[in-house]
Amino acid sequence: MNLTFFRNKQYIWRDWIASYLFLLPALAFFSIFVAYPMLKGIYISFFSYTLRDFDFIGFDNYQHLFQDETFGKSMWNTMLIVLIAVPVVVIFSLYVAMMIYQKSEGIRSLFRGIFYLPAVSSVVSITVVWASIYHTNYGILNYLTSLFGMEPINWLGDTRTALLAIIAVLITTSVGQPIILYVASLGNIPKSYIEAAQMDRANSWQIFKNILWPMLMPTNLYIIVITTINTFQVFAIIQLLTSGGPMYATSTVMYGVYEQAFKLGNFGIAAAMGVILAIVIGAISFIQFKYLGSDVEY
Amino acid sequence: MMFFSKITGSRPRPLSSGTNLRKKTPSIPSLLANLLLIFLALLFLFPFYWIVTGAFKVQNVAVAIPPQWFPEEPTLDNFRALFKNPVWRWGFNSFFVASSEMIGVCLTASMAGYVLAKKMFPGRKFIFILFVSAMALPKQVILVPLFTMLADLNWIDTYKGLILPAIGWPFGVFLMKQFAQTIPSELMEAAKIDGCSEIRLFATIILPLLKPALGALAIFTFINAWNDYFSQLIITRSTPMMTLPLGLATLQGEYTTPYGVLMAGAALASLPMITIFLLFQKAFTQGITMGAVKG
Repeated sequence: MNLTFFRNKQYIWRDWIASYLFLLPALAFFSIFVAYPMLKGIYISFFSYTLRDFDFIGFDNYQHLFQDETFGKSMWNTMLIVLIAVPVVVIFSLYVAMMIYQKSEGIRSLFRGIFYLPAVSSVVSITVVWASIYHTNYGILNYLTSLFGMEPINWLGDTRTALLAIIAVLITTSVGQPIILYVASLGNIPKSYIEAAQMDRANSWQIFKNILWPMLMPTNLYIIVITTINTFQVFAIIQLLTSGGPMYATSTVMYGVYEQAFKLGNFGIAAAMGVILAIVIGAISFIQFKYLGSDVEY
Repeated sequence: MMFFSKITGSRPRPLSSGTNLRKKTPSIPSLLANLLLIFLALLFLFPFYWIVTGAFKVQNVAVAIPPQWFPEEPTLDNFRALFKNPVWRWGFNSFFVASSEMIGVCLTASMAGYVLAKKMFPGRKFIFILFVSAMALPKQVILVPLFTMLADLNWIDTYKGLILPAIGWPFGVFLMKQFAQTIPSELMEAAKIDGCSEIRLFATIILPLLKPALGALAIFTFINAWNDYFSQLIITRSTPMMTLPLGLATLQGEYTTPYGVLMAGAALASLPMITIFLLFQKAFTQGITMGAVKG
């Protein structure tokens, strides 16, 4: 008996060791390139870290940021982008998904493909074409508005329109994944539920509100959270279309991180901005989970 | 709710037809809703139409107002001008970086996902939570410290610097774990009893079963790597190390007006991805839904 116990124990040990060995590559890459930089980012944020010096300054970077008007402006722009883009993406994707989920497989994949195109093709290609569409003199957008007698607008150079122009491009690149997810979840809802409601003479709105929407809650939550996270991080569109201008009208926290670190060389301040951004995103995701997740049933 | 009429019909149905959901009722609201859908789809397609036609337009046609909707005298000059830049090298870099990341992620993630789903060992739950919570963290937040780290290692402007950090992507582990859970444990036990070693078990039994998920993850990683503009921007320095999208972005500064050249470049940078997506749409869709939708 003692012997079998020993053998079992040895067997378990070998199994454990094998498991850890299988985990090792993924865990090593993760620790070196994700977890460690994460912690180091927090550490760096307490230093005056430029090309010349590396001095511990406590919370000075954070204090500086909270007094900095351009950072406030970037934070405001970031929030504005999220508040506009996320609801539009959700409603747009849900609309498209509702329209196509009961159609034949061919039509479904055609439309999914079309709306996914901007997300899958390089973001640089997308911004190049939008830069030409928005151009004041040669842009097709001003040509179209001129047909209605409107004066040409410098879409990307005007503080009133630049942010909206960015948001429009961002939305086109963001709806692809939510549409695919909504189509899949709508397809998972048993048809008998809808049939039963129809027998009870429920109208479209009632069916949507009482059956489809509640059953979509887990998907909604997921889509809202990932869209929010991705929207907070929008970078390439801004860098390539406006570089944060005009007058910081399109500067975001993410763009500020890039500017501080890679253009001005203030790694400490950039790291502090990164930490603030992470805290804000974390807090918002947490609230979304808490608030929206309350009626999620798995 | 216009968009809803398709499913239920626009008016309450008599009891007998309630079961026939697919029956088409061509009502005006559903017609309008379909028209709106087609309009939106055309709106989404337009930029691509503009890229492709723009690539073949000579300069004065590309900036003509009113615009020429179709290039009447198509030219290849834009592509000739574009290929004066090291486009082949950029294309190679993009492919090399994206495929290496793809192989790295698939290999490490399938191994980790398999044991996290199927093995019992201390710390298993903690490690999984670690990966999942990292997924929600914005990747860009770690880029400043990652950059200083790569600079210390002298990995800036190298393939190592472009490829290795991206392999730490926790989403792959998550996806693989979700999928590996569906593999019946009896298969592993049977193999164990037959004296199969862990590595052989993984290579000959588990990996083939993970194939659908691996396919999805592979395409997912490849496209993500191809489009990871921010990382590539800060990690590369010299022109020959640039990836295709980055190279294209530098042209944007270089040629302030020649739209045709930019459009030719844009077409070239997005074409491979669009092709891959169209070829593997099914696997790709599966990858997106696998992690998120229960069903």
